[in-house]
Amino acid sequence: MILQSVLILGGVGFTFAILIALANKKLKVWDDPRIEAVAEMLPQANCGACGLPGCRAFAEAAVAGTVAPAKCNVMNPEGIAAVAAYLGVEAGAIDRKVARLRCAGGTDVAVQQAEYRGLPSCAAAAAVAGGGKGCTWGCLGLADCKVACSFGAISMNAQGLPVVDLATCTACGDCVTACPKDLFVIMSESQHLFVQCRNLIAGDDVLAQCRVACTACGRCVQDAAPGLISVASGVAIIDYDAALLADPRAIARCPTQSIVWLEGVQFAEARPAERSMSA
Amino acid sequence: MLESLGFRHGVHPPEHKERTAALPIRRMPFPDEIVLPLRQHAGNPARPVVKVGDHVERGDKVAEADGFVSVPIHASAAGTVADIDWWPHIDGTSAMAVRLTVDPHAIQLPRPRVIPHWEGLTPAQVIQAVQDGGVVGLGGAAFPTHVKLSPPREFAVHTIIINGAECEPYLTSDHRTMAEMPGRVLAGVRIMMHVLGVKRAVVGIERNKPDAIAAMQAACPTDLDITILPLTVKYPQGAEKMLIEAVTGVEVPSGKLPVSVGVVVQNVGSAAAIAEIFETGLPLIERIVTVSGDGVRKPGNLIVPVGTKLIDLLDVCGGLAPDAAEVIIGGPMMGVAQANLDAPVTKGTTGVVVLTTASMRGETVYPCIHCGRCLDACPVFLNPSLLGDLARKQRYDAMAELHLADCMLCGSCSYVCPSNIPLSQQFAFSKAALRKRAGAGAPA
Repeated sequence: MILQSVLILGGVGFTFAILIALANKKLKVWDDPRIEAVAEMLPQANCGACGLPGCRAFAEAAVAGTVAPAKCNVMNPEGIAAVAAYLGVEAGAIDRKVARLRCAGGTDVAVQQAEYRGLPSCAAAAAVAGGGKGCTWGCLGLADCKVACSFGAISMNAQGLPVVDLATCTACGDCVTACPKDLFVIMSESQHLFVQCRNLIAGDDVLAQCRVACTACGRCVQDAAPGLISVASGVAIIDYDAALLADPRAIARCPTQSIVWLEGVQFAEARPAERSMSA
Repeated sequence: MLESLGFRHGVHPPEHKERTAALPIRRMPFPDEIVLPLRQHAGNPARPVVKVGDHVERGDKVAEADGFVSVPIHASAAGTVADIDWWPHIDGTSAMAVRLTVDPHAIQLPRPRVIPHWEGLTPAQVIQAVQDGGVVGLGGAAFPTHVKLSPPREFAVHTIIINGAECEPYLTSDHRTMAEMPGRVLAGVRIMMHVLGVKRAVVGIERNKPDAIAAMQAACPTDLDITILPLTVKYPQGAEKMLIEAVTGVEVPSGKLPVSVGVVVQNVGSAAAIAEIFETGLPLIERIVTVSGDGVRKPGNLIVPVGTKLIDLLDVCGGLAPDAAEVIIGGPMMGVAQANLDAPVTKGTTGVVVLTTASMRGETVYPCIHCGRCLDACPVFLNPSLLGDLARKQRYDAMAELHLADCMLCGSCSYVCPSNIPLSQQFAFSKAALRKRAGAGAPA
């Protein structure tokens, strides 16, 4: 009796074991073992800043050779070199991207027209009379971007402006989505010339709202290489396709320091004394 | 006899209408400067047709409609175009605006003009005249009126409902319009019935305006089927879908337009504005605005040129009281607090309410206790408590699945919340976030 059931069950088990073994041989999908290895080396942040859906997809693309290891925005140069060495490919040009804020209107320079009381969130404040800031384009300083940043790269400074820590920023773009005023842009860290203003009002009237607003005076256009900077609808616009021509001379005569030459973190040092307006 | 059927849910906020309900409409003097934002209506902003330095007479067109869902904008006073540039807008952004320096010596009479006779025009011509007159819904949303008068062919409209509910606290502009010029409102109704080929019209008025009901009933023509229907007093009865339910007993399906149940709703002010086009030939260049609240010294119902800066309007009303704390455009339930009193009155501005600290509720927000009062208040049967939780977690997609789109931001949930949770504000920015995601982009 017992022997019978042992034989039946054993036989069934053995038959299926052979079937599975055969299927494993016949239907096997060959998976490049390097994908798993590269995925292990990647930061596993799954931030999507590279444009691919997560680190595993990046690993597949890197092994297939369709993406250079340097495209990963989160890894440090050593990590990129390690991946490149493992795969035996060129690391590619490291072009780190970071988030930059198109506003420098902190509480010390920008006028607050009305007091906002309500939910401590930029999106909520923007839905009520634009948040009460004199400049309707400017940063509200209620830190929606800081909350949105999953890497803890954003901190608020004493003037109520978000400071992006370049080492931790992965350029994932969460702050770009979170900002109700659309102030964040993702750009290469190697681009130094930057306009820290979105205010579209041209002329000195805007200075009543914010001391560091772009007045669209056009001095930077004259000082920069031809075609690099243009002034359109009240604000200076840099053509980053021509950015090789960028040069710190462009910011020399800016009366409001709204165009800046960034070497590192935005709003890093204390604001220098106000420059003469007649420059 | 038609009976008001009412609608379910809703709230009963204190009305505060006694300050201005009995005050006759008065005309305010022309201000020194008029600011006409190009974006005053739902749809495409108007395109300016004047340039700096041009002289315009009162009633001249300064900007033309850009497409069908758009209306032109006319000068509300004679003067010179000083500037076409960014200017603070009452929605809290900046908008392109035509700024006029008003000529202090002008007699402010419009140019000689031909006044069309609507009986001799085809419906399409009347609709064109309404668009040319720049008429929009004067109840607050500022949706172009001529679009509502051109319903898609597949819908058979059987009833026009005229919205005289005015359920927002403090506001009395529609009340005074009906009490003082019932003839003009009903003339507008007659024109709309002609345009839409509709046999039946109902004017819904809340019972807290007995003089308006009496005046409208007395002026009601006998040759048309127009019913003046007194409604029980409840907020938000003036919301389009609530009013349709109260008058016809039919619920407009979620996501559908009123026209899908054969109804077109127009505000009493819009009806009067349509009548005015065929009475005086003047486009929509002024509107009746209620200025009220504890924080304003001399409240009243004023005829205000569109584009008058809030500060000028408040000056005419005796200025702000020393303890004034908050200036709201619209009523306290749905209105938006203002940051900049240089922003101008637009076509959709129903009232300006100034609150003092004493008349405002505490600001401390407590956690949700799941009492369910917001569910009993919500007129569109949403779950504000759950939606509020999701908004806090920025789970906007989940909110969309729970029919956030049906929320009209009436504020009933915030009003009843014992924990002071600003629910409707959360919904306002959640809707903005969803719009941004949908790629429509924030208005510039």
